Amino acid sequence: MPSTRILITGLSTYWGGRLAQALEGFETVEAIIGVDSREPTVELERTEFVHVHNQHSLLQRIIRAAEIDTVIDARLTVNSLEGSAREIHENNVIGTMNILAACSGPDSPVRKVVFKSSTYYYGAEQDDPAFFTEAMPRPHRPNTSLERDILEAEEAVEEFADKHPDVTVTVLRFANVLGPDVDTAFTRMFALPLVPMVLGFDPRLQFVHEDDVVHALEHAVMGNYPGTFNVAADGVLALSEVIGLLGKRPLPVLPPFGAGLLTMPLRRLGLRIPDEMNNLLRFGRGVDNRLYKATGFRYGHTSRETVIRLGEHFRLAPVLKGREDTYTYERGVEDFLRWSPHVRRHRELAREGVAADREPLGI
Amino acid sequence: MSAVASERTPLAPTDTEEQELLPERRPADEMRDLLPALEPERRLDDWGRSERVEGFFDRTLVEFYYRYWFRTEVEGIENVPAEGGALLVSNHSGALPPDAAIIAKSIREEHPEPRPLYITVEHFFKGYPGFSMLIPKIGCVAAHPANVHRLLYDERQLVLVFPEGRKGTEKLYKDRYRLRRFGRGGFVEAAMRAESKLVPVCVVGAEEAQPIFAHIGALQKLTRLIYFPVTPTFPWLGPLGMLAYLPAKFKIRFLEPIDTVELGGAEAAQDKALVQTVAQEIRARIQENLDEMVARRRSVWFG
Repeated sequence: MPSTRILITGLSTYWGGRLAQALEGFETVEAIIGVDSREPTVELERTEFVHVHNQHSLLQRIIRAAEIDTVIDARLTVNSLEGSAREIHENNVIGTMNILAACSGPDSPVRKVVFKSSTYYYGAEQDDPAFFTEAMPRPHRPNTSLERDILEAEEAVEEFADKHPDVTVTVLRFANVLGPDVDTAFTRMFALPLVPMVLGFDPRLQFVHEDDVVHALEHAVMGNYPGTFNVAADGVLALSEVIGLLGKRPLPVLPPFGAGLLTMPLRRLGLRIPDEMNNLLRFGRGVDNRLYKATGFRYGHTSRETVIRLGEHFRLAPVLKGREDTYTYERGVEDFLRWSPHVRRHRELAREGVAADREPLGI
Repeated sequence: MSAVASERTPLAPTDTEEQELLPERRPADEMRDLLPALEPERRLDDWGRSERVEGFFDRTLVEFYYRYWFRTEVEGIENVPAEGGALLVSNHSGALPPDAAIIAKSIREEHPEPRPLYITVEHFFKGYPGFSMLIPKIGCVAAHPANVHRLLYDERQLVLVFPEGRKGTEKLYKDRYRLRRFGRGGFVEAAMRAESKLVPVCVVGAEEAQPIFAHIGALQKLTRLIYFPVTPTFPWLGPLGMLAYLPAKFKIRFLEPIDTVELGGAEAAQDKALVQTVAQEIRARIQENLDEMVARRRSVWFG
């Protein structure tokens, strides 16, 4: 079932915006509606923005009125530094429940739900397998609030999938994302001239390029793949290897035991490491990415290429500084551009099935 | 970089056949094809194994011990399959056991088609600073059933297990060449699930190379190691004493492989009684061969 009428929650997050832009290029997509409590941060051509928080009654009205057949939930916060534990819980757990509630009901037009999750679902512990597959449950109870929230959110999605067998529910667990535009705890850490490491540890880490994240979401929207899938680029790198590829120097200063002791003073110095990364920086994590590849999805970058790209961006960033123009959302202007009869629209015809914005992959 | 990139194709068009055949039900070969391709520019593999670090030890320390110190003799190398997944099962001894590195080296040196050997170790190493960095780089992986399965079944590699685990390495000198319990037969189950061969291996010499006379419980707690042994050189020479071995003569014997497909393959892996029987049988064969090898040995140092 191809999706034609799409609702994106979290339009103003990086992923929501990128995905909306990508989906605009599909001719088969009739309507794209984005909701968020903040204003969009990227320029959108035909996506409709509705200013609404995660209130399920309002969302339900939008879904019914616009006959939404596909809901893409791209809101999940995966960095505990982005807000207080309560705010993140509100967004990740309560928000997810509200959106799922809005999709339920006997007369709901929704036929597909795509949920953006994270490989933080698996955690990172000493006795983990080297590659998590989708069928493996988390071996240990989560010990950070963010990981608890992700687990709880996924449980809610799973329950929804059980109750609605006629709805395709796709859960994508993304590995840590790197890329020139996205701002994550890892990109911040790698931007430092000396990259901190935990003394005596060299964890295995797996990444995914920001463009591959968008393409993976797009792939789920265009196809029909019920189930949970890991999305992580080919190749698991050692942290020392990553630092080498970036052309940086390692700084093994984080203490192996009682990480809290040193992370607090480091926080004062401006180096903030989110709680959920503490274990990751010691034990690392690798996931098996074959299941999603078996659905026909292909990655544009390996983990190694992703890191090399990031390194290139770091070297170029000081040169490009201040050159790009920033976008500001202005309600009136957006309305004019969309609805005024005076605006001349010559939209290029997108190829069917493949997004127009897609550049040839590879290097 | 371009060599890797050129093989990539843009997002494949979604055809209905691919949608209907859900991944779990796909044949093993197809899932195998989806394994990440090797990137020739990388010096580490996805398990964290480093060509450079391993090569360094192979040319220096392991070479010295293998050739000149232990003067290793190998029997039955032809029993190590040249291709496909195979699980090597060996007896285990020495406070910091030298047997794993020597077995890996013997395959590199003596086998007509040398293959890398993945050595399963306790999860403890991944959590101990220092060890955690080094251990994966020299080809060790944590002894998790999922890891063994992936290596044997998907990647079709050689894997070495020590079913005695630390019960073997922590045993005292007076108990030498007496095999401990072989776990719960998990290694047999893993090999059967992966339908790979089981190769029993006997190592003579490692018991005398680093005999343990006693354990110090208090220091074990302090250092958070799995045990704190007293050997001829440790702790007297400090941490380096762990790498000092007595020049015992090493003999390695690879026994005839057991074909798990003949035992019933993946379906029979659930059969706990069968698994236990096979595990006991392998243990008995190793013990028998060890006894014979020790009986024939005239000198611990000269063989």
